[in-house]
Amino acid sequence: MDAGPGQINLGSMPTPAEQDPRTSTLSARISKQFLSAESDFSLDVEFSAAPGFTILFGPSGSGKTTLLDCVAGLATPNSGKIIIGERVLFDAATFSSVPVAQRRVGYVLQDLALFPHLTVEQNVEYGLAHLPRLPRQQRARAMLQEFRIEHLRSRRPGEISGGERQRVALARALVTDPCVLLLDEPLAALDAATKSKILDDLRRWNQAHRIPILYVTHSREEVLALGERVLLLERGRILAQGTPHEVLSAPLQETVAQLAGFENIFDARVESLHEDRGTMTCQLIDGPSESAVQLETPLVRAKIGSSLRVGIRAGDILLAITSPSGLSAQNIIAGRLLSVNQRDMIISAIVDCGVQMEVHLTLAARDALRLGPGREVWLIIKTYSCHLMRKQGDH
Amino acid sequence: MAIDWQAFRLTIELALVVSAILFVIGLPLGYWIAFSLRRWKFLVEAVVALPIVLPPTVLGFYLLVALGSRSPLGRGWQSFTGHTLAFTFTGLVIGSIVYSLPFAVQPFAASFSSVDRKLLAASATLGASPMRTFFRVVVPLSMPGLVTGLVLAFAHTMGEFGVVLMIGGNIAGVTRTVSIDIYDQVQSSNYAAANATALLLLVFCFVVLALVYGLNRRSLNHKLWTLGPVR
Repeated sequence: MDAGPGQINLGSMPTPAEQDPRTSTLSARISKQFLSAESDFSLDVEFSAAPGFTILFGPSGSGKTTLLDCVAGLATPNSGKIIIGERVLFDAATFSSVPVAQRRVGYVLQDLALFPHLTVEQNVEYGLAHLPRLPRQQRARAMLQEFRIEHLRSRRPGEISGGERQRVALARALVTDPCVLLLDEPLAALDAATKSKILDDLRRWNQAHRIPILYVTHSREEVLALGERVLLLERGRILAQGTPHEVLSAPLQETVAQLAGFENIFDARVESLHEDRGTMTCQLIDGPSESAVQLETPLVRAKIGSSLRVGIRAGDILLAITSPSGLSAQNIIAGRLLSVNQRDMIISAIVDCGVQMEVHLTLAARDALRLGPGREVWLIIKTYSCHLMRKQGDH
Repeated sequence: MAIDWQAFRLTIELALVVSAILFVIGLPLGYWIAFSLRRWKFLVEAVVALPIVLPPTVLGFYLLVALGSRSPLGRGWQSFTGHTLAFTFTGLVIGSIVYSLPFAVQPFAASFSSVDRKLLAASATLGASPMRTFFRVVVPLSMPGLVTGLVLAFAHTMGEFGVVLMIGGNIAGVTRTVSIDIYDQVQSSNYAAANATALLLLVFCFVVLALVYGLNRRSLNHKLWTLGPVR
């Protein structure tokens, strides 16, 4: 299995796909053999995907792209059946196969395949050829707006950034109002910030258009961020399916690289699991003794009582001088300022709250709060600012 | 110095007509060669390439037989129009098409097959028919190859000699092309006239080729060749 990024960061709560009678579920039974001298790979899967995200997770060569190609009609299974709602796209038993162009499947290929000779707007309009000019332009414009790329409409794909190209590819596929959306590692090449913005736009779109989205990735981080339902694919077989928590094994091993960027790292013990909320409670351990601090963290596959490490960036912690209330953050910890030091334009404050935590502030914040050693403060830490790592040597 | 302007006009006319017809034939034929999965495709490719290696006399001889009044094609044409195909402008056009076919079709097919297959897949998933994919994606992205093929076909027809001599003969205003004219001049030791005509043909062909290759190069940078929407 591919080694994904070490930290575990759930961008959203895993929610079960809502069942809406008007929308259609994709159900597929696909069997395809590749006979060649050097490999005898075969794909043999059976699954269904309700409206919402279904993540296909697995290492490269596990058959993810072939599976998407079969649903899109770009590859033909040797046997099986593919249905969306009531519509049969493929049935080996009756030798019926709907042509690619009539499947109404939105497919964003791995390298996007934007038409290099067409502008962004022409790319998005491409799938609307059946419409007269005016409604075609209107729908394309609306989609460009929804994916925030309207200002790029007269540029060509070669003249825009990677993140912008991803948006164009999504808009081009979605504007055709597909019955199912296939995404083949659409965000693999993007930085985290761009990635999460695009995912937000996609999620928002999916709330209005409840269709199944098959999302291929080999990034553990994306699995947890999208987290509705995961199919774990390996060597052409589905090994497991369920929520990310059920499917993914324990957090990855801690490495030096993963620790970089975390000013606060603590040993912790899993105290209780809240699977319904997608969180768990961890007790921080300070050296040989237990501290009084408990943190609510994202849920990972771990047993009660097992040992983990929790990493928190100093810049992710908020600091208050009165006991805060009415906040969404679940972790509010009282403590006392030990020291306040200036490093360039950043203030590094050390707070003793049972364990010592480093917090980064701006100069303005220090002056506004009149912070000094000895001051009573409250630390505010969001659940998803707590990054969980497996302890070294612990499997 | 007597330049046979009639021969010149006839040659350019022939080259233009042949290039235009080769464009129409070459698009589907090039497409088929580029994308077909038939096992016997190599046979078609070999037949298309034959005129490159065959001596023009061999090609001309068989064309003469095929166009003559003893062949079904020649007979059919004769009963339809009242005269034979051989030694006519139409016969010359048919012969030139066969002779110049590979010079158009091979660059067409090569540029078609260099278009990224992912783009064709994307086009299909967006609901486009193969025809629309061809005209909206494959052709615009193959423009340099299409221009090259057309220019080669044009230039090749301009300069052809053997096939014309075999099936067209030397009828002023009907089948006497520039190359035949030059041959005639040399045969009658009229070197000054031969030189003038040959030089003119040389300059003309160079200018046409330079112009088109120059434009083609610019089009790669400036994307001059984008076709309008096809639906």
